[in-house]
Amino acid sequence: MSILAGSQSRVLVQGMTGWAGRHYSSSMLDYGTKVVAGVTPGKAGMRFLDLPIYGDVATATREHRIDVSIVFVPPDHAGAAMIEAIEAEVPVIVTVTERVPLHDMLKVRAALAGSRSTLVGPNSQGILSPGQCKIGVMATASARPGRVGVISRSASLTSEVIAQISAAGLGQSTTVGIGGDPICGLTMHDCLSLFSKDRDTDGVVVIGEIGGSQEEELADFIAEARPKMPIVATVVGRCAPPKRRMGHAGAFAAAPSDADGKIRALERAGVTIAPSPHLIGETIRNALRHADGAASQVA
Amino acid sequence: MKLHEFQSKSFLAQYGIAIPAGSVATSAAEARAHAERLGGQSFAVKAQIPAGGRAAAGGIRIVEGAEAVEMAGAELIGARIVTEQTGPDGYAVRRVLVEESVAGAASFYLSAMIDPSAAEIVILGAIGGDTDIEANVREGRTTVERLAVDPDGGIDADAADDFARRLAVPEDRRGAFCSLLANLAKALIGLDATLAEINPLVLTGAGDFVALDAKIILDDNALFRHPDRPVPDPVEATGDLEESAERHRINYVRMNGDIGLVANGAGLGMATLDLVRAGGGQPANFMDIRTTATSLDVAHGISLLLDNPAVRVILINVHGGGMQACDTVGDGLGIAMRRSNRKCPVVVRFAGNNADFARARLANFGCPIIDCPDMWSAAENAVRLARPVEPPKSIAFFERREAVAR
Repeated sequence: MSILAGSQSRVLVQGMTGWAGRHYSSSMLDYGTKVVAGVTPGKAGMRFLDLPIYGDVATATREHRIDVSIVFVPPDHAGAAMIEAIEAEVPVIVTVTERVPLHDMLKVRAALAGSRSTLVGPNSQGILSPGQCKIGVMATASARPGRVGVISRSASLTSEVIAQISAAGLGQSTTVGIGGDPICGLTMHDCLSLFSKDRDTDGVVVIGEIGGSQEEELADFIAEARPKMPIVATVVGRCAPPKRRMGHAGAFAAAPSDADGKIRALERAGVTIAPSPHLIGETIRNALRHADGAASQVA
Repeated sequence: MKLHEFQSKSFLAQYGIAIPAGSVATSAAEARAHAERLGGQSFAVKAQIPAGGRAAAGGIRIVEGAEAVEMAGAELIGARIVTEQTGPDGYAVRRVLVEESVAGAASFYLSAMIDPSAAEIVILGAIGGDTDIEANVREGRTTVERLAVDPDGGIDADAADDFARRLAVPEDRRGAFCSLLANLAKALIGLDATLAEINPLVLTGAGDFVALDAKIILDDNALFRHPDRPVPDPVEATGDLEESAERHRINYVRMNGDIGLVANGAGLGMATLDLVRAGGGQPANFMDIRTTATSLDVAHGISLLLDNPAVRVILINVHGGGMQACDTVGDGLGIAMRRSNRKCPVVVRFAGNNADFARARLANFGCPIIDCPDMWSAAENAVRLARPVEPPKSIAFFERREAVAR
C-alpha cells in the first residue's frame, strides 16, 4: 500500500479545463492515475480528455466513487472549491493552487473541523506513490517504488531528496507535499502518523524549514507516539537572515521558530538530523541499515 | 504588503478608531506648513517607511515648534533608513508624517492578527506599548493577553470584557475599549490584512483611546479583491529591488555577501544558502524562482545579481520538476549574460527535468559555465571562486626566474 492514495484511488480534478488542470490531468493519466472526471462550473455535460465534466463536486460524487479530488482552481475561487469538496465528503483533497488568501483558508479550516475530509495543501506539489499513482504536478523520472516515506513543505527540495533516495538504492512508498503556506490542512505529524501505520513504509524523511511550529509539533508527536521506524529530517533556512520572508509565505526565521530550535526539538525526540541537505539519501540509507541490524540482533 | 504608518492610520480611522491630527509632507517646507496649521507646540515628525525598527534607526523625532519640524523634515526626507526589516539597502524616505504630540495616561499594545498555527483570528494585548514589546514579554516585564475572534469578526462579549479587565482598562472605559476591539477585528477582515497593530494605543487624560502608531500588513494573495488599494510606494521611486523581482515572479532577499544565489523553489533556495555558508562563503542574496516565472523573468532576476557590484560569483542550483524545468532557467541565464557587460564566473548545477537540454541551450548562448554534478560541489566551487584572489602572479614569476637561473 501507501498512504493517502494508491493504485486504486479514483481521482476528480477541480478546474480540469483550465491550463494547469488540462496539462497536469494529462500527465497524471499518462502516469496511470485513475482520473475519472473533472469539475468546472458552467461546463457541465462537456467531455474533456475523454472524461466527463460536471458543474459541481456534489454531482460528480453522485455519479462516481471519488477517493481524491485535486484542486487546480485559481486563488480567487480556490477556497470555495475546497469547501465544496469538503461538503461533498471527498475523503482526500489535494490543493495545488498557490497564493490562496489567508482569510479564505480560515474558512476552509473551519469547514474541515469535524468533517470527513483530509486536506493536503494548499500550495502543494501533491502526492506521489511511485509506480501506483501521481496526484500532483511533480516530475517522476527519479522516483522509484520503495519503502521510504517523504514529508515536505517544498516541491523543489522534494525532487532533490527523491533523487538522492533513489541514488542511494532505495525507493519511495509515498511522497507528500504538505505545502509551503502558513495555514494548511494535513500537518507533518498527521502525515507521520499515517506513515507509522503503513505496513509498506520502513522509514520516513522529513524536509522541514524555518517558520511556523509544525516541526516542533512533529517532535512532540514523536516523543509521545514513539513510532518504530527510523526518521531522518533536515531543516533548511539555518542561515536565513532573521525576520525576512524566504520565498514561502510561511518561511520566516524568528524565535522560537528558527532552524536551530526546530533541529534541537527533533533531535531531542530521537530524530536523526541529516548533516547537510545534500546527504539526506545517505543518512536514511544508513538509518535503515542500522534499524535492520538492530532488528536482526533482537531476532 | 506592509503599509506605511499614515496609510495604516487612515484605514483605522475609516473603521472608527481615533488617530492623532496630522498630515503627510513630501518636503521640509510642507512639513512646517502642516505644523503651523496644526498649531500647538509639540510635534511628532515620523519617517514613512513600510518596515519596523524606525525609532531605533532615528526615523522618529519629537520636536518643539514649527521650525524644528522643518529641520527634522529636511533631515529625514531623502534619507535612507536601514533597519533589520529593510535589508542592507534600507528604504528611501519620501514622506514624513507630521502629527500633534498626544500624551497618554495609560498605554497598551494591541493587535489583531491571523494566528496560522491555530488557523484563527486573535487579538493580542499587553499593558504598556511603545517599547520593544517582544523584549518586554521575553524578559517577563509584561504578559500578552489573548482574545479569540470568529472568522467573520464575531467576539464573545464576556470574553472581551474579561480581556479589557486583564489589561487594567478602567471600568468606565471598558465599553469603549470593547467597541475598539470589534472595530480592529472588522478592519483586519475588511482589509484582508494578516496584521492590524496599534502600538502604542493610549488612553488620554480626557478618556479617549488614540492610536499613536499603527502597522497594517495586507495579505499579498488577496490584493486582487482590492484593486483600488493604495500601494506603499511605486518601485520606480524607492528602487526597491525586492519588489521589482516580485513583479517578475521571483522572491528575492538581499544579504551582505558576495555569492549571488539562484534556485528554483523556496526550500531548495534555503538549502543552497545553508550549503554556501557551511562551505565558508557569504551569500549576497536569497533568490527563489517561482514556478510561473518565464525565462524573461529569470533573466530579470539574474540581471539584479549581475548589477550588484558586491557579487563576485553566481551560483545557480536548479532541480527541474514538473512545473519548472531547467531549460527555462538556463535560457534566463543566457539572456541576462548577453545583455550584461559584466564578466562574472557562473557555477551551475542542473538536475532533474531537462537538465541536459538546459546545458545545450547555454552552450548555444555561448555562455561559459562551471558545471557541477551536485549541490555540494557547486557550493564549494562558488565559495572558492568568490575568495579574494591572492597575489599568485608575483609568486609564479619568482619561481620561474629561479628555475631559469638554475
